[in-house]
Amino acid sequence: MTATQDRPAAEIGKDRRRKEDQRLITGRTRWTDNITLPGMLHLAMVRSPFAHATITSIDVDAAKASPNVVTVLTGKDFGEELGVNINAWPITPDQKAPVHSPMPADRVAFAGEVVAVVVARSAAEARDAAELVDVEYDEQPAVLGIKNALKDEVLAHPDLGTNKSALWIFDSNDAGTGSDVEAAIEEARSNGILIEREYRQQRLIPAFMEPRSVVVDPTGEQLTMWSATQIPHILRFALAATTGVPESKIRVIAPDVGGGFGGKLQTTPEEWIAWAVARRLSKPVKYTETRSESLMSAHHGRDQVQTLTLAADKDGKVTGLKVHLDADMGAYISIVGGGVPVLGAFMFNAIYKFPAYRFECQTVLTNSTWTDAYRGAGRPEATYAIERLMDELAAEVGVDPLEIRERNWITHEEFPFTTVAGLEYDTGNYEAATAKAKESFGYDALRAEQRERRERGDRVQLGIGVSTFTEMCGLAPSRVLGSLDYGAGGWEHASVRMLATGKVEIVTGASAHGQGHETAFSQIVADRLGVPFEDVEVLHGDTQISHKGLDTYGSRSLVVGGEALVKAVDKVVDKARHLAAHLLEANADDLDYSGGRFTVRGTDQGVAIQELATAAFAAHNYPEDMEPSIDAEATYDPVNFNYPHGTHLCAMEVDTETGAVKMRKYTCCDDIGTIINPLIVAGQVHGGLVQGIAQALWEEAVHDESGTLVSGSFVDYLLPTAADTISFDVVHTDDPSVCTTNTLGTKGVGEAGTIASTPAVVNAVVDAVRHLGINDIQMPCTPERVWRAIEGSRAGGATDTPSDAMPHFQEGALNQDSTEGAGQ
Amino acid sequence: MIPVKFDYLAPTSVEEALAALGEHGDDAKILAGGQSLLPVLRMRLNAPEVVIDLGGISSLRGIRDDGDAIVIGAMTTHHDVRDDHLVKQHALLLSKAAAEVADSQIRHRGTFGGALAHADPAGDLGAPALALGAQFVVAGPGGTRTVEASDFFVDLFETAIGDDEILTEVRIPKHTGWGAHYEKFVRVAHQWPIVAVAATVRGSIDEARVGLTNMGSTPLRATATEQALAGVSATEDGVREAAQLAADGTHPPSDLNGAADYRQHLARVLTGRAVLRAAGV
Ligand SMILES: Cc1cc2nc3c(=O)[nH]c(=O)nc-3n(C[C@H](O)[C@H](O)[C@H](O)COP(=O)(O)OP(=O)(O)OC[C@H]3O[C@@H](n4cnc5c(N)ncnc54)[C@H](O)[C@@H]3O)c2cc1C
Repeated sequence: MTATQDRPAAEIGKDRRRKEDQRLITGRTRWTDNITLPGMLHLAMVRSPFAHATITSIDVDAAKASPNVVTVLTGKDFGEELGVNINAWPITPDQKAPVHSPMPADRVAFAGEVVAVVVARSAAEARDAAELVDVEYDEQPAVLGIKNALKDEVLAHPDLGTNKSALWIFDSNDAGTGSDVEAAIEEARSNGILIEREYRQQRLIPAFMEPRSVVVDPTGEQLTMWSATQIPHILRFALAATTGVPESKIRVIAPDVGGGFGGKLQTTPEEWIAWAVARRLSKPVKYTETRSESLMSAHHGRDQVQTLTLAADKDGKVTGLKVHLDADMGAYISIVGGGVPVLGAFMFNAIYKFPAYRFECQTVLTNSTWTDAYRGAGRPEATYAIERLMDELAAEVGVDPLEIRERNWITHEEFPFTTVAGLEYDTGNYEAATAKAKESFGYDALRAEQRERRERGDRVQLGIGVSTFTEMCGLAPSRVLGSLDYGAGGWEHASVRMLATGKVEIVTGASAHGQGHETAFSQIVADRLGVPFEDVEVLHGDTQISHKGLDTYGSRSLVVGGEALVKAVDKVVDKARHLAAHLLEANADDLDYSGGRFTVRGTDQGVAIQELATAAFAAHNYPEDMEPSIDAEATYDPVNFNYPHGTHLCAMEVDTETGAVKMRKYTCCDDIGTIINPLIVAGQVHGGLVQGIAQALWEEAVHDESGTLVSGSFVDYLLPTAADTISFDVVHTDDPSVCTTNTLGTKGVGEAGTIASTPAVVNAVVDAVRHLGINDIQMPCTPERVWRAIEGSRAGGATDTPSDAMPHFQEGALNQDSTEGAGQ
Repeated sequence: MIPVKFDYLAPTSVEEALAALGEHGDDAKILAGGQSLLPVLRMRLNAPEVVIDLGGISSLRGIRDDGDAIVIGAMTTHHDVRDDHLVKQHALLLSKAAAEVADSQIRHRGTFGGALAHADPAGDLGAPALALGAQFVVAGPGGTRTVEASDFFVDLFETAIGDDEILTEVRIPKHTGWGAHYEKFVRVAHQWPIVAVAATVRGSIDEARVGLTNMGSTPLRATATEQALAGVSATEDGVREAAQLAADGTHPPSDLNGAADYRQHLARVLTGRAVLRAAGV
C-alpha cells in the first residue's frame, strides 16, 4: 500500500527550481546527437555556394571512392521518394509557391541548399568525401532584397513568372470592425497630424544553442525519427503526408531539445533527406549540422519593410492606421512562413482604440535563406512599428510618450473590448502596469537627468524609450486558424496515468525544448490532484507515448496544454470519486476532495488518491458501472487567444562622439495573469528581453549581392552574452488581470520580452538624440549608424552596409601558403 | 566542424620542432594555443598534413628580466602576460591589452607568440607590441635572428617569420613607469576590436607611443600624433589636437562593423581618450 502524504503547500506560485535543469545544463541527457545506434551511418551534405544556379552535372566518383563511404546520392537518384517540404499555411488561395524539394535535382535557389548527400561510416569520413563531390553549376542571376524582388526584373523562380507570392489584406471598413482609413488619412492631412514612416525589420537568425540533428532508424516495424525539433507531431504528419509512409508506421521522437525560438518549428530538407537515405539503405543514419550550416540554411526570421501611415487629430488621438508590409520569404515558402507576417495583422492596433485600420501584406520570394517563425513571429514586427509610431506621435504633439499612449489606450473599465482588428481582449489593465513600471523605473528622475544632460550639452546623452505592448498568444482557437487557411488546429491534448504505486505520469502534446514544462506542469498537477510535486513525471515529445499533440510555439504550451492537463486531471478526480464512494460505501455527493484525499463529510473516514490508484490497479473491488481505471485524457481547444500585456521602460546612454550606446536601466512590468512559477517566468522574461534587445542593437543577417551569407559565423552575427546586458528590473502588477478563458487564469509569457523590448530600446536611442533633429535609426542601431545619424551625413542613419565581413580565421601565409587539399 | 585528417607531432625542444618543420615544410603547421588555428582547421580553410604542437616545449613559456628589456616566451598565455609583475612594471601597456583579448577561457589557452604570429590586424597585441618597439626572436635552420617590430608585420595574416622558422620569444624594451591604456571599441564584449588604440606615455606628457589596431592590414604607429604629443600638457585640448592626426595616412577596412571613414573617426576619438587615460587624466 502506498504511503499517503498530505497535500504540499500550494505549488502554483512557488519558485521551484526546474527539475529538468540538472540534465539539460550538464548535457548528460539524450540530445539527438548523443544517440548512437548499431550499424549507424553518418551523413554529410554538399551545399550550393551559389544563390541561384542550375545544376549542370554532379560527379560523385571520387567521393564514392573515398575511405568508408557507403554511397553518395543526389536529387536525381531520388524521385518522388524524397517527398517535399510543405507549406501548411497558404495565406491566399492564389499564393504562388515554388515546389520545395529537399534536394533539388536541377536548380538551386539559395546558397546553402543541399545538392548531394554523402553516406559514410563516420561523420569525419562523410565530411572528407563531401569535399570531393564535384558539382558544376550554371550560375543564374539572383534576386536579393525585398525592394529588388518587388521590381520583378530578376526572378527567384523564373517558372513562377513573378517574385510576388501573396497579397493578404484586412480592412476594418470591409470587416465591419471600424471605419475607412483613407478618410481618416485625408482628414489628418488637412486638420491633424499624419506620420508616414518606413521601418525595416532586419533579418535575424534564431541561433538556438543545440544545432539541428536527426537520426533515422528504419529497422523495426515502425520507422523512427529522432529530431531536434519543436514539432514532433507535425513532423510525423508531414512525413506521412509527403513520403507515402503510413502515419501508423512512423514514430517521431523529439528527445531533449536545446532551444528553438521558432527555428525548430520547421520540417527541414535535412530531415527528409535522412529519412529517404535510411529507407533506401535500410540502415540507421545520423546527420548533425555544423554551426556554419545552421546559420546559413536553418530558417531565418523577421525581414520586412514596413510602410506605415498613422493619422491623428491635433491632440494626438489616433484616427486611423494604415500598414503595408513587404515580407521576404526567402527562396521557399516554409511551413508557416507566409502566415508569420499575417499574425502581425492583429497586433498593429496593439492596446489602442483605433477607429480605422487597414493592413496589407505582400510576401515576396528571393534567392536567400528561407524565413519563418522566430520568437514572437509577426507580433514583434507589429509591436515595433506601432510603438515607434506612438513615440513619433508624442514628439509631434509635444507631450510625453506615456501621455500619448494614455490618450489612446483601452481603459481597464472597457474590457472585454473588441478591437479594430476584430479580436476580443478579455482583460487587461494598462494603467496599473504603467504606473508600477514608472515608479520602479524612476521615470521622473531619469527625465530630469535627461534634461540636465541636454542643457549641459553633455557628450553622453540620455534617452528614455517606452513600449506598452500586448500580444495575442496561445495559438490558437482551431476555428480561427481555419478561417485564416492555416493547415491545422490549435487544440492540445493531455493524459494522466495513475500508476499502481501512486505515482503519476502525465503525457502532454506540448513539446518542451528548454521552457521548463516538466516543472510547471508538475506544479499544476500537484495542486489540482493533491499529490507531491516529486511524484509527477511529465512525458512528452515521443509520438508513441504522446500520440496526440500540436507541439510548442506561440506561447501556447501552458495556456493551451496546461488547460488540457487541468481538464484531464479533473476527469481523474471524477473517476476516483466514484471509486472512492464505492470503497467507502458512501454517497459520491457526500465526499469532499482535498489534499489528495476523499473524506466522507462529517466522519473521519477517507481514502487517498494513491490508494485509489492501487485499488484500480488491483481491480479486486470496483463498481459495476466503471472500468477498472482512473486514468483520463482530455483535448482542449481554446475559445480565444489570451492577451498578456506590459509596460517596458528603457534608458539608453548614447556617446555622441562615437555613436556607442549603453543600456542604463530596463524596467518591465508584465501582466501575464496567474503565475505558476515566478522563477521560470523571470527566466522567460530575461531571455526574451535579451533577444529583443539584440534585434535593436546587435543582430543582423546580411547576404551580399551575390547571395552569400556574410554574417555566417558568430564572429559577425553578433549574438549577445551575459556580459553585454545589465540586470533587468522585472516586476508584475499587484493585482493581475487574469485570463478569463482558461481555468488557471494564465497568459503566455514565452514571447513577451522579445516582443516588447525591441521598440523600447530603439525609442530610447532615438529619444537620446531627437533634439539633434533625428527621428529614426535603422536596426540594429550600430554605433556607426548612430554616429552617421548624428553627423547628419546621411539622413536617418546609414542604410547600406559594407558587404564583407572581416576574416579572423583566414588561411595563414605562415608555413603554408595555400588551401590545397582543403577542398571547397 | 571536423578538420581534415592530420598527423600530430609534439616536440619537446625548439630544435626538434625546427627539424620537424624542415622535414614537412609546406605540409606542416605550428600549433600554439590553437585559438586561431583550430577554427581555421575546423572550418577547413586550411588543411595541413602535420600539426606541430609547441605546447610541450617548456623553454618557450615564461617571462624574464633581461636588463633593459623583458623577454616574453612565445608560448606564454594571454592570461599570464596580463598578470605578470614584470610586464606590469615595465610594459604596462601589454598587460592592459592582454586583459582585453577575447574572454578568460581563450586567454588561458591563447598565447602571446601565437597571436603575434597569426597577425590578425584586428588582434589586440600587435599594436601594443609595435608601440613598445618589440623585437621578435625567430629561430630557423640557420640559427636565430631578431626582427624589429617595424619589419615584423608584413600584411594581413603575414609576418616576417619564414616558412621554416619559429617565433621563440619577444623582447620588450623596458618602459618602466610609463602610464598606459588600451582603448578597445567593440559592439559586444567578446568581439575583436572594430578599432583599438594602444597608448603609453612618459610623464605628462614628455614622450608618447601610440599604436592602432585594425586601421590597416597591419598594426600601425600613429607617428604624427606621437610627435605632436611630445611636450604637450596632458589636458583635453592639448591631447585632442594631437589625436586629430591619428588617422592620417591609414587605410582601414570597411566591413559589417564600420566603413573606413567611421574607423578613421573612431581612431581620432579613441586616441584622445587612450592618451588621456594613459597620462592618468
Ligand atoms: C572566440 C575567439 C575570440 C577571440 N577574440 C580575440 C580578441 O578579441 N582579440 C585578440 O587579439 N584575439 C582574439 N582571439 C584570438 C586569440 O587571441 C588567439 O589566442 C590568437 O590569435 C592566436 O594565439 P594561439 O596561441 O591560440 O595560436 P594558434 O591558434 O595556435 O596559432 C595561430 C597561428 O600562428 C602560428 N603560430 C603560432 N605560434 C607560432 C610560433 N611560435 N611561431 C610561428 N608560428 C606560430 C600558427 O601556425 C597559426 O598559423 C580570439 C579567438 C577566439 C577563438
